[in-house]
Amino acid sequence: MTPISYLEIFKALNSEAMLAVAALAALTLDLASLRRAEPVMRRRTIGTVAVIGLLASVIPLWQQLGHPRTVLLGGTLAVDDLILVFKLVIVALTLITVLISMDYDVGRHVGEYFAVMIFGAIGMLLLISAEELLTIFVALELTSISLYILTAFHKSELRSQEAALKYFMFGAISSAFLLFGLSYVYGVTGMSSLSGIREAVKNSGVGMSPLLATGMLFVIIGFGFKVAVVPFHLWAPDAYEGAPTPVAAFIATGSKVASFFVLLKVLFVGFAGLEGSAFWGHFSSGWTMLLAITGALSMVLGNFVAIVQRNVKRLLAYSSIAHAGYIFIGLVAASRMGATSVLFYIIVYSLTNLGAFGVVAALSSRAGGDELQDFDGMAKRAPFLSSLMLIFVLSLAGIPPLGGFLGKFYLFASAIQRDSQNFGLLWLVVLGILMSAVSLYYYLVLLKHIYVIDSKDQSRIITPTYLNVALGLVALAVVLLGVYPKPILELLNGLVAAL
Amino acid sequence: MQVDWTIYLTFLGAGLILLLPRDSKNLIRWVALLTGVAALLVGLKNYFDYNAWVNAELAAHNGVLTDGFKQIVNVPWIPALNVNYHLAVDGINFPLIILNGFVCVTGILFSWNIENRVKEFFAFFLTLIAGVYGVFMSMDLFLLFVFYELAIIPKYFVIAIWGSTRKEYGAMKLVLYSFVGSALVFIGILAVFFSAGGQSFDILELVKHPLAPEVQIWVFPLIFVGFAVLAGMWPFHTWAPTGHVAAPTAASMLLAGVVMKLGSYGCFRAAMLLFPQGLEHWKWWIAVLAVIGIVYGAGVALVQKDFKFIIGYSSVSHMGFVLLGLATLNVMGMSGAILQMFSHGIVASLLFAVVGRMVYDRTHTRQLDELGGLAKVIPFACVTFVIGGAASMGMPGFSGFVAEYQILVGAFQMHPLLALAAGLSIPLTVAYILNANNKVFMDRDEPAGGHGHGHGSEESSHPPLPPITLPEGVAAIILMALLVIVGLYPSIMLNMIKANMELFLRGGR
Amino acid sequence: MEWYQSHILTIVTFLPLLGALGLLFVDKKSTKVFVQGATAIAFVDFLLSLPLFFWYDAARGGFQFTERLSWIPAIGVDYYVGIDGISLLLILLTTFLGVIAILSSWTAIHERVKEYYIFMLALQTGMLGVFISLDFFLFYVFWEVMLVPMYFLIGIWGHERRIYAATKFFLFTQLSGLLMLVAIISLAVLHQHATGVFTFDYEQLLNTTLSPSAARLLMLGFFVAFAVKLPAFPFHTWLPDAHTEAPTAGSVILAGLLLKTGAYGLIRFVLPLFPGPSREMAPLMMTLGVIGILYGAVLAVAQTDLKRLVAYTSVSHMGFVLLGVFAGNEIALEGAVIQMISHGISTGALFVLAGLLQERMHTRDISEMGGLWETMPALSGAGLVFAMASLGLPGLGDFVGEFLVFKGAFPIVPLVSSVATIGLVITGVFLLGMMQKVCFGHFNKKWTGLADMNTREICIIAVLMFFMFWIGLYPGPLLDVSNKAVLQLVDLFQNLGH
Repeated sequence: MTPISYLEIFKALNSEAMLAVAALAALTLDLASLRRAEPVMRRRTIGTVAVIGLLASVIPLWQQLGHPRTVLLGGTLAVDDLILVFKLVIVALTLITVLISMDYDVGRHVGEYFAVMIFGAIGMLLLISAEELLTIFVALELTSISLYILTAFHKSELRSQEAALKYFMFGAISSAFLLFGLSYVYGVTGMSSLSGIREAVKNSGVGMSPLLATGMLFVIIGFGFKVAVVPFHLWAPDAYEGAPTPVAAFIATGSKVASFFVLLKVLFVGFAGLEGSAFWGHFSSGWTMLLAITGALSMVLGNFVAIVQRNVKRLLAYSSIAHAGYIFIGLVAASRMGATSVLFYIIVYSLTNLGAFGVVAALSSRAGGDELQDFDGMAKRAPFLSSLMLIFVLSLAGIPPLGGFLGKFYLFASAIQRDSQNFGLLWLVVLGILMSAVSLYYYLVLLKHIYVIDSKDQSRIITPTYLNVALGLVALAVVLLGVYPKPILELLNGLVAAL
Repeated sequence: MQVDWTIYLTFLGAGLILLLPRDSKNLIRWVALLTGVAALLVGLKNYFDYNAWVNAELAAHNGVLTDGFKQIVNVPWIPALNVNYHLAVDGINFPLIILNGFVCVTGILFSWNIENRVKEFFAFFLTLIAGVYGVFMSMDLFLLFVFYELAIIPKYFVIAIWGSTRKEYGAMKLVLYSFVGSALVFIGILAVFFSAGGQSFDILELVKHPLAPEVQIWVFPLIFVGFAVLAGMWPFHTWAPTGHVAAPTAASMLLAGVVMKLGSYGCFRAAMLLFPQGLEHWKWWIAVLAVIGIVYGAGVALVQKDFKFIIGYSSVSHMGFVLLGLATLNVMGMSGAILQMFSHGIVASLLFAVVGRMVYDRTHTRQLDELGGLAKVIPFACVTFVIGGAASMGMPGFSGFVAEYQILVGAFQMHPLLALAAGLSIPLTVAYILNANNKVFMDRDEPAGGHGHGHGSEESSHPPLPPITLPEGVAAIILMALLVIVGLYPSIMLNMIKANMELFLRGGR
Repeated sequence: MEWYQSHILTIVTFLPLLGALGLLFVDKKSTKVFVQGATAIAFVDFLLSLPLFFWYDAARGGFQFTERLSWIPAIGVDYYVGIDGISLLLILLTTFLGVIAILSSWTAIHERVKEYYIFMLALQTGMLGVFISLDFFLFYVFWEVMLVPMYFLIGIWGHERRIYAATKFFLFTQLSGLLMLVAIISLAVLHQHATGVFTFDYEQLLNTTLSPSAARLLMLGFFVAFAVKLPAFPFHTWLPDAHTEAPTAGSVILAGLLLKTGAYGLIRFVLPLFPGPSREMAPLMMTLGVIGILYGAVLAVAQTDLKRLVAYTSVSHMGFVLLGVFAGNEIALEGAVIQMISHGISTGALFVLAGLLQERMHTRDISEMGGLWETMPALSGAGLVFAMASLGLPGLGDFVGEFLVFKGAFPIVPLVSSVATIGLVITGVFLLGMMQKVCFGHFNKKWTGLADMNTREICIIAVLMFFMFWIGLYPGPLLDVSNKAVLQLVDLFQNLGH
């Protein structure tokens, strides 16, 4: 047993540590002195504490960039550039979520809110670092539980409670599946670290045994729930709709980024060699086949059901389900380009979604609701935020020159490139493209309400400057990723090589 | 200033307008107009330079062109995907660039009277124009696609917010059709890129490495149909009449005048250029469908009761000519097709301007039965309509004649029946133009009888309508002048078109 | 002077159009400017065209005063113009009748005067252009240019059923023109197949060798267009309506000139380009001509509308032209040419008179008229003279034409020509009947106090009468001028065997 050097751990994880401190500080501050204060002030103050903590945690992350890959604790955690980049992404997403929350009514328990949110962020950060099955599971649970709590935060609203309950129930069951699967995998390979599993599968030469297949299946089910693909998506619309909007944002972005990142690692590293094939006419069992099917189902169902939605958050939920499907295409490609495309897309997508939810949060509280009608005439009432929404929605629809378009293009390109002679994955790409076309319909409907339809209430909506600036920066990022993606793409491409 | 500044100037204009306060409507209009004029002037200057260059080349090399392209910029954009920001011009896209410029300026003039949300209107309009400029100049498939898609969304808003009949439905239908079309193109582009080895999206590069015929056979229709939807090829045309009717005047002008040409341009530049064998295989289909569209459009236009629908279906008919010309694969037909793109662009703009701005904005009706006798009240509109209509029916002296007749000759060389069938549409066109003119502008006949007062009374049954404003007049005159100039002196455009088409058919570029 | 002589055709043709463009800028309220300006322009145009008669070298014949400019090289089109003896006469007729028509409009048109005169002048250019074009493309352009102004002249300033008449006119002419366009293009394409050169030059295309079936088809294409314009039975149905509903000047131009473009087309294009099929179908064509003669005459008998009656005489008279053209010998063809000119003058005059009556009485119904000799002797007298001209009284122009046609056609188709004479008889009947009903007979009290012709009107009629008599008594100069051209045509017709 190698002695555990806590110092080493601390150094490697000092960003998480800082965040933990910040969370506790926020909690303490709130409990101690701000109970009586006015809600907005409370939120602002505690939020600021959270923000400071998040910003502080960036420093160690930044410092560690460029160092060679470190593996800690016997292979359970790792720190390398790719991981660091994504940790930074998570921190950024959390930061903006906090800013959005500062403007949103989260109830009486402000300190708890921010603390739990940061705990969730810590969980995500750990998840990203995790290189070993159990660690993954623990980090996943930490994240999930934080999110369950946050979902329930609107204690008096029925739909918030229902959402949280559903989320929790589904989550618990999927955790069970995940654990099951992980244990089977461990049982078959005898290893719990991802690289170890890969070695074991390669060496044993046994390929896909029934137990391993089952294990893999269950693992994918577990993750499938987390990222909300069909048929494990049933919790998502209710959760997104019922949760306080910033929480929904957090679920849709931070949690997704972390989950996809880990899924990528699990599949590409852990289950490398077990891909099977999803080429048309050459189907063979493996995780690509599974992902191809669930991805296809998600794209189709997510888009078609979104068409009939009346609630903006539900619409965004179904859109998320569809996008998970698109991302799965990149995973199915099972190549270096595929990995880059997935990573690029989750960055773009999370920023876009965060921005969209942020605008919804800011506007819905002032407009009295989050149904489509409540957004009528927003172009006149809140022109700046409406224009940001335009950018976010169009990016989701995949309209150039925004990041969403480039991301989708890259995903599809990687799928074709995988089998550029016979176009084996063309069916999946065609489906993706056609479903994208379908999605334009409901995105336009949302934009129609904002831009085309006039509302009776013509009063201007004022939103706090910090929020406008934050969301504006997010939109700018989305545009830049579309117009000048070169640096990010090159970065990711380089980093992926390490996998 | 190179011609790509048309794109940048227009985008700048749009951006500038977004920064102006929404109440300074006049300032916004003038900024838009000046932007459009500036871009047009840049375009024209470069156009004439190119024209002179082509003529010089032809003179020097015995009437044969060796390389028709003038490169503008070619820098790497997304190296990870081998995408370059590559713009170039040749005799095929230059007329279209100029067309875009003129439609922009005249569209702005015809929209001078919009009062509702002026700022957003001109911002969207200019964005659309800039995107179109970009499509015409792009030599990289990815870049072309980006500009193409970019142009889709402003269309939706312009129609849905400032349109008329069933505007939201019309807008959505138009956009979704365009988007599905572009989805097909998207798939095709990916297929091409990877089949060619994933090295480049550059059109000029890809031409040098043609794909295997078996691949071409299914990729060609993908890309062709994808673009043909936007070009209004039968039977994918159904978005056009609804969309055009729903759109406000400037948008109809732009849609029928320029955006449909985007589709046919894409058919040529992306599909035909890159997949010659695919084209060979499918050309009869294209020709026949085009002819059906020509006759169908004209026939349906004849029975319309709504003035604007007549023009909408007329556009479908005339675009059929373009597609037919392209399918003929001979110099006559193809040159005619490009010229027709320009000519019909102007004609459609003019006719929609008459229907929308001059008639509908004043009378608030487009039903033929409710109109009548307008020649006495707004004679300028009648003149404009007659000239546009004459060009539309291919009357000599106007650009439409040269273009359509060339296409007919080209089609005849492909198969006489094609020319005959397409030619059938001309009487139909004559009929519906005449019908529209009679019902809208002329007085109704009085019952027959030998007592000849028949001039109709000076105090006509129409209440006085506001006179034609200066912007309308200027814009209409510009467009009519273009029709006549190109009609009487088509060499100004035909020389460069023909030289480049010959180059294409010889297997050059 | 040198420049004038070498560009005379272009100057004469485009002067009216330039005048029209100039008038565009004049404020529409200054009616006087339009009236006088247009008259002046037309008159100057006529004067400028006169030298053609004297400068034309009739002995040499062929196309003279030619001008050639490269226009659209990409499709082999040139601005190539020139006239021979026949077209020379038609040019003069056009400029002359143009002045007459404008003069007769002075009191007839009161509203939208500006547009009216602009259209009239534009129409002049179109017709002149048709007669001078030696490039098929150019010819087609001018052919079409004639359409729109005429449509509007009928449609705006016409009488009760003007829209119907204008539309019918437009559709008939345009659609037949399209057939002609197809023929023109086919001819050019076939020429290219044979020689490799794509051109629309008249003289070059004349030499195209065509297979008999191709020649037949192309000839029909051209023929239909010209037959509609002529008008030949059964393509004539647009004419009565158009002539009746058009304003006076419109009728004058229509009957006097527009119809001649059809005949001109037959002479210039159908005969020389397709001598073989022309010979083949000559009997049919001549029969059609005679049917036209009879049909027009018979229907004229039943008319109660004065203008409609005159319109039917046009159908009848133009039947003579058709007969003469296809008879294929020198005399008949000469007769046809003379008939064209004199019919233009005589029928033009009749329409002027009908117009004068309509202005005064606001009706064209013959049954309302009667005994007008009492109040308007001058007008009635003139009417009598021109009615006589129209029925072919010797000493007046139409007689010369009809006689020559008859003389030329009889040896070829004796039976048919004899039948044609019946037409002459019937024409006499209804014209005299018309005179009886209108000028003689019981005087309808309604018309007391109507003014007779004023000075302007007398001048118009006098000039027309003068030329009518000149052609009737001294047709020599006309025949001389056109002789060479006629001979060339006959030559082609009889000798070339394809």
